[in-house]
Formats: sequence, C-alpha cells, structure tokens
Amino acid sequence: MIRLAAFLSGALFGLGLVVSDMANPARVLAFLDVAGNWDPSLALVMAGALIPSAIAYRWVRARNAPVLAAALHIPRQRQIDRHLVIGAAVFGIGWGLAGVCPGPAVALLATGQTFALVFAAAMVVGMLLHWLIYHFRTTEGSP
Amino acid sequence: MTLPSLAWYWPLIGGLMIGTAAGGFLALTGRIAGVSGLLANTLGLSRGGDRALSALFLAGLLVSSGVALAVKPISLPSPAGSPPVLLILAGLLVGFGTRLGSGCTSGHGVCGLARLSPRSLVATGMFMLMGMATVAVARMIMGDGA
Repeated sequence: MIRLAAFLSGALFGLGLVVSDMANPARVLAFLDVAGNWDPSLALVMAGALIPSAIAYRWVRARNAPVLAAALHIPRQRQIDRHLVIGAAVFGIGWGLAGVCPGPAVALLATGQTFALVFAAAMVVGMLLHWLIYHFRTTEGSP
Repeated sequence: MTLPSLAWYWPLIGGLMIGTAAGGFLALTGRIAGVSGLLANTLGLSRGGDRALSALFLAGLLVSSGVALAVKPISLPSPAGSPPVLLILAGLLVGFGTRLGSGCTSGHGVCGLARLSPRSLVATGMFMLMGMATVAVARMIMGDGA
C-alpha cells in the first residue's frame, strides 16, 4: 500500500510538471529572465503547490504520524550553514544555464532526447562527486 | 527562442497537482518529496532514506510525464543549438549543488517553504537569485537571442 502511494504521488507530481509546463526548460528560463521577457508561470506553480503542501504538512504534524508509516522523516537540521548556502548557489547557476532542475530532469528522460540524456547523466555525475567527496571524507568515526 | 504563451491557470493547476503530490507523499509515507534527495536515495548516494519508496516515486514521475509528454510534446533545445559543454556543466552543477545544499526546487521550494523552514527559505532565495543572475549574464554574453 505504501509503495502504491509512493508511485501514485510520483505520477501526480510528474503530471503536474507537464501540465504547468515546468518540464519545459524554455519556460523556466523565461521565469529566471527578469530583465527580459519575464514569464511568471513558475511563481504561479510555486503558489499553487504551497497551498496543498502546507495543508498536508500541518495535518500530518498534528496527527503526529503519517498514514502508512510509523514515523515522519522531516529534516532535523536547523542551522543555516555554509554547505546550504554554497550548495544552493551552485545549483542556481546550473539551473540558470540549462533551465532544468532535478524533477524536470527525471521527467524529460522519457523523451529520450539527447538534451535530456546528457543533462541527467551529468547531474548524476555531480551527485556522485558530492557523495565521494562528502561521504567518504566523513565516514570514518561518524555514526 | 519562441515560447508559446500559456494561460495563467495551467501553472496554477499544475502547481496544485505538484503540491498535492508532495503533500500526499508526506502525509502517507512520512517522507519529503524532494526529487534530488529521492534520486540520490535511489542511486544509493545518500545515507538515509527509503530506497524502494524513493525509486517508486521517481518511477511514477517518469511514467506519467512520459505519457503526458507524448500527448503534449515540448521542444527541447537541439544538441546543435546549445553547446554540449554548457549543458554538461549545468548538469554537474545541479547535481552537486542540490546535494551540497540538501535540496532542490521541490525539496526546498515546495516542501521546505510549506513547512516554513528557515533553511529552505534561504536556499530557495539563493538558487532563485543565482538562477536569475546566471540568465542575465548569459544574456549579456550571448546577446538578446540567448
């Protein structure tokens, strides 16, 4: 049941990406192009997404446990550290170069087009590099 | 680059779907629907996380967007149009940056902001600003056609 829920959540998420045209790199770049022919679509997507997402969060927090699992897994880290700020900045530069973030990158794989395959492959290599640098450097002696 | 106009309600409806998916995933499974984190979990590139649930979420995303993109295709930049070096660099930065910064547009932008997380607010402001700055710089270098 929980597995079906995960699959269906992903399916609705993917459908939303295409319906909102957020899988379209040109649409995303047009939002980021504030000095040019600005397209507000991404802001409307965020506004639309935040409403049900915030309601669900409040509901599950009050309930104290998710419906199909034992515990909530919510990030506990509170500190705004160097990694968060630098990581977000690095991500933002890559996002501005191609107009693709991880959700659309996965969605676009379905097109099988070179653009999508090259971007996703490079993105996975970027994640792997991070894993190699930050995981293995801190493995020893950490819990 | 010609971008067809989009009626205002499509982004809003799509956003509601994305938020319902992320909220539903959290309420049902207790986990954050951040695609960069789910992808890292699926690939075994993270410490925590449920690998099967992460993989299933991404499988659902891939299947539904595959069907939707077959019905409503979008035109992606051709390999000849955009320099492959820039595309590879973009992918590397997105992959590395989202892991270092613990999230992307979905994890910080949708789930984190919905929780009023100060970390996500800072991250979202940062990647939006840097994305806008990057597009502005690219425009200056490549001219208005970029």
